[in-house]
Amino acid sequence: MADEVCIPVSSEIDIVTARQKGREMASRLGFSNTDLVLIATAISEVVRNIVEYAKKGELCLNILQEGGKSGIVVIARDKGPGIPNIKLAMQDGYTTGHSLGLGLPGAKRLMDEFEIISEVGKGTTVTMKKWVQNNG
Amino acid sequence: MLVPILKQGDYLIASIQSELSDADLLKLRDDLVRRVSEFRSHGVIVDVTVLDVMDSFATRTLRSMAHMIMLRGAETVIVGIQPEVAFSMVQLGLKLEGVNTALDLEEGLALLNEKIKGDSRRG
Ligand SMILES: Nc1ncnc2c1ncn2[C@@H]1O[C@H](COP(=O)(O)OP(=O)(O)OP(=O)(O)O)[C@@H](O)[C@H]1O
Ligand SMILES: [Mg+2]
Repeated sequence: MADEVCIPVSSEIDIVTARQKGREMASRLGFSNTDLVLIATAISEVVRNIVEYAKKGELCLNILQEGGKSGIVVIARDKGPGIPNIKLAMQDGYTTGHSLGLGLPGAKRLMDEFEIISEVGKGTTVTMKKWVQNNG
Repeated sequence: MLVPILKQGDYLIASIQSELSDADLLKLRDDLVRRVSEFRSHGVIVDVTVLDVMDSFATRTLRSMAHMIMLRGAETVIVGIQPEVAFSMVQLGLKLEGVNTALDLEEGLALLNEKIKGDSRRG
């Protein structure tokens, strides 16, 4: 996986770095301007969750090639407290942080594929993918 | 990143120059709220044209800023939200409820003039 880029996450400054790196990689892959914004925004949400709830972790980016399609995979990983009820956390408006509770369900809407694995006391991994739309 | 705040008559104009971190956004909010009091400003314009991400934190911060400024009796207008950013905000489920928005600085100023003239007629 020579293309993989990982950004350590431990403070709110890393949120900006992570979404810039994501935007750069997505831009090289030929995503539309709108998609670049959607990808950067989704990254912003999952990385902020790491800073907010797990304090530290990492964000990894990689290129996807599958049957003539290309895309980007974004993995946000932490060894934080984990999420006791994922179904609840994925609902619009559910928050334990006095916030809007839109980060996870919103990020899912911004990307094409979304998977979250979490275990209390072990940590959380969010994997999101988006594919380049071939017009024509 | 420092956001320059310009005083123009009764109004304050903040033009964001580059991507902002969470801390930068909070600082902008606090600076603007403080200056509205200091200068007894009636209107505030925040130009977000250069922002290519408006996530839940940015939206929440701008909303709370507009609310604080409103409690000081002044109006806030957010100008320059890019079309792609607007699309992303809607997908994410974010709403700038109760916050004025306008296409650009010029329209923002026109909106403030309209609102504030309207207010003084009432008094
Ligand atoms: N990495 C994580 N580790 C532990 N808990 C998490 C993590 N990410 C999310 N959560 C939990 O899931 C809830 C929902 O997350 P989500 O991002 O949707 O909303 P939020 O962070 O509360 O608000 P917003 O993102 O709108 O500011 C959080 O309140 C938190 O309890
Ligand atoms: Mg969140």
